[in-house]
Amino acid sequence: MAVTVETYATLAEAQRAMAGGRARFLGGGTILMRALNEADPSISTIVRATDPALRQIRPEGGEIMIGAGVTMAELARHRDTAFLAPVARVIGGPQVRAAATVAGNLFAAAPYGDMAAALLALGATIETADGRRQPIEELMRPSGSGAGGLVAAVRVADPRGAFHFCKVSRVKPKGVSLISIAALLPRPGGRIERPRIVFNGMGPRPVRAAEAERALEGRSLDAAAIAAAARAAAEGFDPPDDALASAWYRREVAGVHLARLLTGIR
Amino acid sequence: MAIEFRKDLFADERDDDLNEIGKPTQRQDMLGHVTGRSPFYDDHLFDGLCHIRCARSPHHHARIRRVDTSAAERMPGVRRVITARDVPHNLNTLLSLLDFGLDDEELIASERVAYKGEPVAAVIADTERQAREACRAVRVDWEALPHVLDVEEAIKPGAPAVNPAYPGNLFVYHGKYDHQKLRYGDVEAALRTADHVVTGRYQMSPIEQAPIETCGAIAAPETNDRFVCYTSTQALFFSLGTAVKLLDVSSARLHFIGGTVGGGFGGKVDSLHEPMAILGTMLTGRPCKYMFDREEEMQVGAPRGAERWYLTDGVMNDGRIVARKFVGYFDAGATTRLSSYAIIKGVGHLPGPYTIPNVYADVYCVFTNRTPATAMRGFGVTGVDFAIESHMDEVADTIGMDPIELRILNAYRDGDMKAHRRLAKNTALVECCQVAAGKAGWGLSQAARAASSLTGGGGARAELPAFTATDEHGRVAGFSSGSYAQGGRPAEPTGRGDPRPAPGSAPRPEPRHEPPRHEPPRHEPSRTPEPRREPAYAGAPPRPEPPSPAPPAPGEPPRRAPTRFSSISGLRRR
Amino acid sequence: MAQKPIRFTHNGAERAVFVEEGANLLDVLRRGVGDLTPKYGCGQGTCGACTVIVDGAPRLSCLTLAETVDGGRVDTVAGLAEGNRLSALQEAFMSHFAAQCGYCTDGMLMSATALLKDNPRPTREEVVEAISGNLCRCTGYEAIIEAILTAAGSGGARRAG
Repeated sequence: MAVTVETYATLAEAQRAMAGGRARFLGGGTILMRALNEADPSISTIVRATDPALRQIRPEGGEIMIGAGVTMAELARHRDTAFLAPVARVIGGPQVRAAATVAGNLFAAAPYGDMAAALLALGATIETADGRRQPIEELMRPSGSGAGGLVAAVRVADPRGAFHFCKVSRVKPKGVSLISIAALLPRPGGRIERPRIVFNGMGPRPVRAAEAERALEGRSLDAAAIAAAARAAAEGFDPPDDALASAWYRREVAGVHLARLLTGIR
Repeated sequence: MAIEFRKDLFADERDDDLNEIGKPTQRQDMLGHVTGRSPFYDDHLFDGLCHIRCARSPHHHARIRRVDTSAAERMPGVRRVITARDVPHNLNTLLSLLDFGLDDEELIASERVAYKGEPVAAVIADTERQAREACRAVRVDWEALPHVLDVEEAIKPGAPAVNPAYPGNLFVYHGKYDHQKLRYGDVEAALRTADHVVTGRYQMSPIEQAPIETCGAIAAPETNDRFVCYTSTQALFFSLGTAVKLLDVSSARLHFIGGTVGGGFGGKVDSLHEPMAILGTMLTGRPCKYMFDREEEMQVGAPRGAERWYLTDGVMNDGRIVARKFVGYFDAGATTRLSSYAIIKGVGHLPGPYTIPNVYADVYCVFTNRTPATAMRGFGVTGVDFAIESHMDEVADTIGMDPIELRILNAYRDGDMKAHRRLAKNTALVECCQVAAGKAGWGLSQAARAASSLTGGGGARAELPAFTATDEHGRVAGFSSGSYAQGGRPAEPTGRGDPRPAPGSAPRPEPRHEPPRHEPPRHEPSRTPEPRREPAYAGAPPRPEPPSPAPPAPGEPPRRAPTRFSSISGLRRR
Repeated sequence: MAQKPIRFTHNGAERAVFVEEGANLLDVLRRGVGDLTPKYGCGQGTCGACTVIVDGAPRLSCLTLAETVDGGRVDTVAGLAEGNRLSALQEAFMSHFAAQCGYCTDGMLMSATALLKDNPRPTREEVVEAISGNLCRCTGYEAIIEAILTAAGSGGARRAG
């Protein structure tokens, strides 16, 4: 079965071409091209958009607007997204970072999706081709609607030092995540307020660690609070057994790595 | 990372006047590598190149009730679909070229698959994508069979029979035994008098060679009714001979070109790609490429096989190891490939670089429903060395001795008799331990520092044991002992289940008939072999040779220093 | 099968080729252009043997839809030497014995070329990071790292990373 590639100048046109659900959208290609190389029978039409707006990063209304097609390499380099550089820099190798896009990462299955985890922790807003905006939770929810059309941009507020990230991998650099942890810990007046802690690799999609967040709410970041968060870290998760690590291992080390991440925060 | 030459060691054994050794010399292929011009097999372009891909078993073990290729044949770009009946001589074992082992593997499975990924059909299509799509359209009516994935499970009574050539799931050595034996001295007696008996169980998982260039070959019609084959093989003449046998064609008609290998590490000796590519070209008249993709390389490509070892050491309080017993299981996977040979090599290596007066080994080459295993860097020795050295640490721990001191104390020295009945020469373990300890800042006793490979060996240590306990357990019948196993196998083996005639006697193998498998009378190896002097012979099958209560055992070389396998460089100057 | 014409600059020369829809850049370079220097190792972005430089950035040609380089610029190992004069990197790879089987070498050279273009005097750590997307199964990493550092003329900074 031959493959058709359709190229459009704007995302809106690409969105219209996607109607019917048979087409797949090409971002950086790091996931879709692999499937294409394997002659994945579910892929017959590929849609891409060359709209330069998709490659933009710019401050807008107190937030940073990141175009859907911005690559990891661009995120790691750009001054306005410096807070995301520690995440972007550990995704893939240089070649993957030069291709992989921010929107593509939102849809990447585990063990990928570290940037999605970071954006979920940051409480990003997703803007779709039709201009609608939705909280990233809508997109990440396993059974959520999600079907809001093509992502045009991600909007995120600069966390001003309150964002922290760690990736646990066996090979360094470039190993994939066994788990990764993204944490937003605003501490106005020294007390943690509405923390957002996200694990990637503890399930099919990045998920917030509700119990760990509860353990930290309203507390100062001291040893007791960290210990409580670590104890609660794996609660509610059903991590996978795969070639990288067993479910048991992931459950055991989730709290250890969360404690290390939190302890490292000054 | 500069290499450090320790020319102070054994300095009087060489003239330090070599012009090349120890000095960097540019590789002849380096310019090709850095300019990207080295001709790997896939760097040969052919107009109209067709692509071969295989439809593979999703089961560990299954009967093939029917293969329906009709839909695949109608797919766009498909030139031909190959099945087992298209292979002229569809049964081989890699080492049959050395007359070692029974033919036990088909290029394309006919009636049964015995590992996940075993090919059942091969599609030849104009593009790789079309070949992939057509493979999905090959319909196979499977009947899943019980499978076994563990070596010790595979040799229990009632275990699924993996390979019809070896109904007991065990390779047959020398036509006589279901394992490779080593008997040197009397291990059981020595264990009874040892101060400590230290046991251990060690195992190693399969390891994929994972070359960056996956295995593959391209074949094309050549002039004069020949076929050219560009291949990634590490073993060009193995691949040529195997292709000749499977395709039933004169070697004069095959023109093999290899030599530039994108990483092999042992994983490119199996010679499965060359015959398939040539067969594709024979059947279509077109240039054909057959290449593993990465997933196939990892799943179907033969790895270094798994090994499991049980070690039992008899140790004296002063650290002398007086007995060492091995029971080893190599996981060959579904077919023999090179596992049989790995064991021959491994057993020759026992008990490691130590002088131990009593050594015993039973090493089994076991068939399981795993991917067939093959060569990889030192295979046959690496796994048991891991077991031996781990066990040395256990022994040291048991008797409270420094592990390096233990090694130096038991290290072989020049002139010592080894368990394979050859004198050790050019030994250097003592010096290796001393240098390693020095580098690590590891303190050694005065005695250990003063030890030398050149002294302390020979004399009584050069003698064969006064008595070697032998036994007949694991004896099998029905296999020719004239050579290793191939060729002379009788049509009606006694005590074995498979009535197929020896494959070598017919130009085409008969299809494997495996009607509802009536379990053949199984041969079961004794799980706890006890090499006793008298009782072991009682009731045993007639022996071709009389028992040998006194040395030298029949067939053993004379006690004199060995001359075979020696070379100028292999002999230390004295 | 549907074919599309594309044009791009390949090692400084203009190329116009027809590509099959959905084809990856690796296949187009090897079969369409006849540049055999990028290698297939995995087709899934794991090994880096197919690394080329697209518009200045190192890319995996097996994961690059060929038609996305239309109008762009593709550089490969075939363009590193000028006639018989090797690039500094190629010279350093030779003198450091930084290749064994040679199959990963083309990808390594392109990752290193991309690094030195942006960062002419990298630290050892930066070199390691730059080739982290390239696997060498003969485990020649040390020689490769030393070669890249030598080519960069940053021998003095070797241990700084």
